[in-house]
This record gives sequence, C-alpha cells and structure tokens, in this order.
Amino acid sequence: MDQKVSGDQKVSGVTVHKMGAWSPGPGCHGGCGVEVHVKDGKVVKVEGMDDHPWYQGRACPRVLAMTQYMYHPDRLKWPQKRVGKRGEDKWERISWDEAFDICEKRMKEIAQKYGPESIIFTQGTGRDVGGMISFLAYAYGSPNWTMLGLSGHSCFTPQLASGYVMQGDFTFPDAAQFLPDRYDDPEWKAPEIAISWGSTLNRGCVDHYWSGHWFQDLMKRGTKLIVIDPRCTWEATRAALWLQPRPGTDGALALAFLNVVTTEGLVDKAFIDKWCSGYDKLAERVKEFTPEWAEKISWVPKEKIIQCARLYAKAKPAAIEIGRPVEGNPEGNQVIMNIHRLIAITGNLDIPGGNVICRSAYGVTTYPYSTEEVIQLYGEPLYRKLSEKRIGADKYPLVKNFRAWAQEDVAIEQMETGKPYPIKGLWIQANNFLANQAQDTRRHYEASKNMDFVCVVDTFMTPTAQLLADIVLPAASFPEKDSIYCIGGPLNVIHKVVQVEECKSDWEINFTLAKRLNPAAVPWGSVREMLTERMKPSGYTFEQMVDKVWDLAPKGNTCGSRPYRRYEKGELRKDGKKGFRTPTGKVELFCTSYEDWNLDPLPYYKEITPQGPITTPELFKQYPLIMMTGRRSPVLFHSEHRQIPWLRECDPDPLVELNPETAKEQGITSGDWVWIEGTMGRFKRKAKVTPIIHRQMIMVPHAWWLPETEGKSPNSYGIWDLNCNQTIPMGHQDSAGFGGGPISGMLCKVYKA
Amino acid sequence: MSRKGLLIDYDQCSGCFSCVVACKQEHKYPEGKWGIKVEEKVFVDPRRPNNSLRIDYVPFPTEFCDLCTARAKRGERPACVKHCQAWCMYSGTLSELTTLMEKMPRAVLYSR
Repeated sequence: MDQKVSGDQKVSGVTVHKMGAWSPGPGCHGGCGVEVHVKDGKVVKVEGMDDHPWYQGRACPRVLAMTQYMYHPDRLKWPQKRVGKRGEDKWERISWDEAFDICEKRMKEIAQKYGPESIIFTQGTGRDVGGMISFLAYAYGSPNWTMLGLSGHSCFTPQLASGYVMQGDFTFPDAAQFLPDRYDDPEWKAPEIAISWGSTLNRGCVDHYWSGHWFQDLMKRGTKLIVIDPRCTWEATRAALWLQPRPGTDGALALAFLNVVTTEGLVDKAFIDKWCSGYDKLAERVKEFTPEWAEKISWVPKEKIIQCARLYAKAKPAAIEIGRPVEGNPEGNQVIMNIHRLIAITGNLDIPGGNVICRSAYGVTTYPYSTEEVIQLYGEPLYRKLSEKRIGADKYPLVKNFRAWAQEDVAIEQMETGKPYPIKGLWIQANNFLANQAQDTRRHYEASKNMDFVCVVDTFMTPTAQLLADIVLPAASFPEKDSIYCIGGPLNVIHKVVQVEECKSDWEINFTLAKRLNPAAVPWGSVREMLTERMKPSGYTFEQMVDKVWDLAPKGNTCGSRPYRRYEKGELRKDGKKGFRTPTGKVELFCTSYEDWNLDPLPYYKEITPQGPITTPELFKQYPLIMMTGRRSPVLFHSEHRQIPWLRECDPDPLVELNPETAKEQGITSGDWVWIEGTMGRFKRKAKVTPIIHRQMIMVPHAWWLPETEGKSPNSYGIWDLNCNQTIPMGHQDSAGFGGGPISGMLCKVYKA
Repeated sequence: MSRKGLLIDYDQCSGCFSCVVACKQEHKYPEGKWGIKVEEKVFVDPRRPNNSLRIDYVPFPTEFCDLCTARAKRGERPACVKHCQAWCMYSGTLSELTTLMEKMPRAVLYSR
C-alpha cells in the first residue's frame, strides 16, 4: 500500500473528508481512519478509510453510527446552568460568554481562597480529552488530574508505569502497527505465539496501540493464540490453549511462568547478558513459585501452566497482550512488571513479531503518557512544583515520580476529610463517573455533592451531570472539531467539517478557559496554532496534516517511534546512548527504581484480595460466587451509546452472565431480573444464562444507565438500581499506588428479583 | 449478467456487529429493521480437545438485504463486506464465491 497524500474529494454534492476518528463519537482509544461524507453542512455517512494503515477500510459499529450520535435529539446543544437543586433536572440555557464568565469567576474564587489544587480535573478514558484536560489543569495550576473513583488507576496507567520502571517504555504485541505497509512490510514477522491475557477480541475498545481484531489478522498469518481469561470468549474457543484462572490470580500465573522459563533455561541468554540486569536475582527469587504452587491459587492445572510457559518461551517471536483486568489484580503494577520480565528474558522485546515498544509517531503528543512527555509539554519546573502537591504523591513514589495522575483512593479520602487540603471543585470532562468507573459509587456521590463548583463537559446529559453539575457544556464530536490523534501508531488529523448546534470542541473550551485563567500559559492565538506547535517534531503544520491525513515515522527515522531493536541504535534514551530509558540503561529485572522507593525490586506474591475463597473462606460459603465486572461490549463504549438506537438494539439490556448450574439452583432463566448481592449492598440485572461463565463466578458488564428513564433524582437514569460498582470498595490499591482494586474480586450471591 | 452473492465464513465471525450497523447506515433502516443480523450461539461438546465450549457468531442476511445494489453501481463493495472487522465476508459473482468457499471449513452463501 502506498502512503498516499489524500485530501478531500467531492462527488455529486457530497464532500468526502478523510481524517482520523477519535472521540467524542465512537468512544474508544482511536487510531483508525475514516471518510466523513458531508452534504449541505450535515454528516450523512461515515465509512472506513481504505488507504489508512490502522484498519484498512474496516470500521467499528460505533463510528458507523455517528450520524445517529451527532444528530440525536437528546444531544447537549448549548451551555446550560442549573437553576434547581442538584439532581432536580432544572436547567436554563445560557450563552457561551456567560458560561465562561461563570467558570472563570468560580474557579478564580477557589484558587484564591484554597489554592488551585482544590479543584480535581477528572476525565473518562479513551476520548482525546486527556490532552485538553491536563492542559487546562496545568494552566490553572492544579496537580490533580485523574479518573475519579478508579481504584489504583487500574486502566492502562499501571501498564505505562510498570513498563516505565522496568524498561522505560510500555509495549504491545507487534501487528506491524508502526509500519505504513503493515503486514506486507518485509521487516515484519507474525508472532508464532500470541497470548491474549484478560481481554476480549471484539471489544468496543481499541487500546491505543492495539486493536483486538488484529489477533484475527495474525491468526490468518499463522499465529497460534493462547487465551488467559476466567470467562470463555470467542477467541478462547479458537485458541491453541485456554487457561481459566480464578479472578485476581494472574500474578500467580505470571510468577509460575517465570519459574518454568528460568528453571528450564528457556531464556534468551544473549539478550539477558547484554541488555538486562538482575537476572540471577530474579531466577533465585522465582524458584519458590512453582506451577504446583500456582495451581492451588489460580485453579489452573499445573500441566496447563507448564504447557503455556513452554509454548510461549520456545516460540520466537512471541507476543503478549495485557488486558485491563490484569492491572486490577492485587499488586497489579507488580503483576505487569512480571509480564514485562517474561517478555524481556525470552528475548521478545522490540523485535519483529514480539512486543514492540510504543511511542507516538515522531514523538508528537498532546496527551502525555510518560514523565518525559509531561515535561516536554509543560516544562520541568512546573511539573516538579505541581508534583509536590499531587494527591497521593506523599504516599506513593510512582504518583510523585511517574507521569502526573492524582491517586484515586487517596483522592476520595481527601474529598471526605479535607486533609491535607480541601477539595472544593470538580472539572468533569468526558466522564460519567457515577455511572461508570467510580467504585463505592454512593461514597463518591456523597463526597461530590457539596462542592462549591462543578462543571461537566459532555455530549449527552448523564447521571453524573444531573446529580452534580452547576454548569453543563456541550462538547463537539470528532467531525465537528480540530484535533490530532497522537497516542497510537499513526499521527492522524481530525478536522472540523460541520457545526452542530452550539457545540464546541473540548480543545476550544479548555483553550478559551485556560486563556482567561492564565494567559501566560496560552501564548497561541488559536487551537490550530497550538496544535501546529505540538506537531513540530513531525515537520507538519496542522493545515499540511489536513491534506496528509495520517503519517508514521518512515524507515531510518531515529525519533524513537519506528521499531525495531531501538536499544541497539540509541533511539530510546534522551542522551542518545544505547540501551533503555532506565537509570541503568538495562531492562531492570531487579528494579532499581523500586529499590530507591523502598518497594520490593523483585517479584513477589501476596493473596490480599479483600474477599475470596482464600482470604475469607467463611464469607465464601455465604456468598459463593466471585463477581467479575467490566467485560466489554462490541457496540457500547463504557457508559456511552445507551441512547444510540442502532447500537443499543445490538446490546439492549443491563445483563449479568451466569452459569446454567448457578441459575438452576436459584430457579433463574435467561431474561429474569435478578439481584446481585454482596457485603456492600445489591443491584439488579437481567440474567443471561450461559456456560461460558465458570460455575463459581458471574460476569457483570459495567457502566449501565438508562437514558430513556427519568433523569431526576432519585431515579437518576437508574444508576442506583443497576450500578455494580456500588458493591466494590476503594482502598485496595497496589503498594506502588497504581494497580489493584477488586473490580473482579468481590464475593456475591444471586437470586430472583 | 451473472448472479451476485454474499459469502460468509462462519468460522471467522467474531461478533463485532459492524455488518449490522454498516447495513443500517447504508439503507437508513430504523430500529427493528435489519438487512443483516448477528446471533450468538454457544455449544458444549465434551469431545472437543482443550475446550469443550464453542462460541459461534452467526451473521444472516434478511429479506431487506439487497446486496447493496446502489453501492455496486458506484463500484463499491457492500457496506457489510467493506466494514467487517474480522474480514470474514466476501461479495462477488456466485461462481467466484463458490471457488472461495471450497477452502472454508464452514461458510454460507447468500444470493437473491
């Protein structure tokens, strides 16, 4: 495939605009290219873009439903201010000027009275909002950028953080996503073995540098798949091997894999000798974690553990994709570090068909993924200054020293106690945390409902906006805005081709407000001007990129975003030296950062789930089922899309999946409403009886609310009836701060409603 | 002109629903009206090695599938075929498709 220069084309009154698709709209973590068909100032169709490397013409159902999303009657169309009490659903339309005036005044008041750190900036995942919200937080002077209620920040950040401390970078399986010609590039090889660890192939959630269906592309090219998942998935039924662990025990499996690989000598000695440090200490430490030991903990037969370790280690190349639930294990950050150790000692790091180091094309970023990127965007002095006051920084070295996220379990405590400083405001952007990620939902509601100031920026009215907001601002979807996609393989342009009502882009909103709050932090005249500066490393201006559509660093480029074996070429470190971006320049199997921070620098296992067959066997008799949550839907992205008819009819109901034996015992049949009860309370779901669920587990898809029901409190679109997170506590984070949280580890029972 | 059809490799459909929504967008079909639909089928077969479970997603065209005649006139593939994330759908003449079908373990051919 040629790397075509491809601008807009006009045929019979329809102009076709090529661009990257990101949020708002499809949700997800973006990456693909689409063709937006516009007629008479309206988007009439969105199709996949054939000459874009990410998806090569394919498209997900959410982007194909964009016209229903953009022109939905319930879409937020203009700024509104609350005129009743919180939760009363009484709103008044206001102008943008008035909205900005109110936000500026209230935010300045809080900054003067309490300091800017007293406002928390909370975002949802996926949406490109990470760049804009951190931009606003930094301009305002708050170190508290976060995803409120997501215990241990267990969604991708542990992958970034664990990769950062081990080898200075995170990785994904190599599906040629960094090569413009993709699978046709002669440098690329298909992995012989690919492990899908805790993720669903057809999920409506492309993961930054990875799309689930690429597993299928790989399998068609000879890759054999291993699936590790407590729940049987489509790909588990097509895999060479399926391991079905008890939720929360991936750490035991990872340790047993390390044990097999080191004791049997199935390692890449040359790579270890040259590029790793601490191998002997690692091998010594993992001796105790035998497959027999792991079988008792994980419920996976030891033969399968050994088989999996051997299949992976004897294949070359081989790759591992790490799903979100792996981060939610107890000591989740450490679990992922152990998977990185496995990748490194088998010599699969940054080689064709192995796990490739992921950096954004040309190093262009608006949404920082590493400490270096935060500094690149906002300068070291500001980063250091803000890091001092960041929530959780005094407790957790990773929170202080890695990237820039406030720690959520500490944040909720601080919101309640006001110590060491009070939290007085919330800036909530692309985030519906009371329906979506906030665990112990009531607690988050109680702690948020008396804030001095709350602004919500979103595309639809949500339970969170109804219950908390003073001001609600309408965000533009992707064809209504100028932006760039720079958190995955290609650098994609997104550019405004239509206007819908009075909606403004998240960039426009935050840029305008940041300029009012701190003009010095916003030296640019327009968003496009700022984006052009951000894109400097690529050599393109924003306008040039509109014609170019997408780009990847070409062969021979040394910016660090082009694989392979960059450690041999000195492309990973700022000082240009060979090796990895770690203190020693090696893959630190013995982790010196952890040692410096008084954390265990070597692998360990702790059975510290708050509840479970091992930690609370008595309780397990009373509540005999392990509740997993959060399996992805192919058509809905987290709490989004419940109001989009074409999508909702493919996945209409808030379900619970349970095993036929469990159902029989309780007289439950598919379609019955049932209660799911744990020690913290109960919620309701519609039963789907299916053998894909283990006899001692259930699966509850998360983030359900019913936009078709009343938004006024107490119904609040049904969240208090449906939200599974009400039964999941905060406060079980990894000892490094990132990782953990029993999103799939609480005990429950199920009975008919 | 030779008769056209739609070939679906049932072994490879992973249930992404792109065909369903692509079809609805193309034909502007409202809620409740499908040109193609996808069903999940789960079977337990203890004789299978490794995993006794089998999950199949089964896409089936309905009477409202017109093989995207309008797109064909413009030289475009049917909306479902173009957007299928698993790349398990094919369009063409029946003779082309039956040739392709020879190599597939389980496939269904649709024509009208």
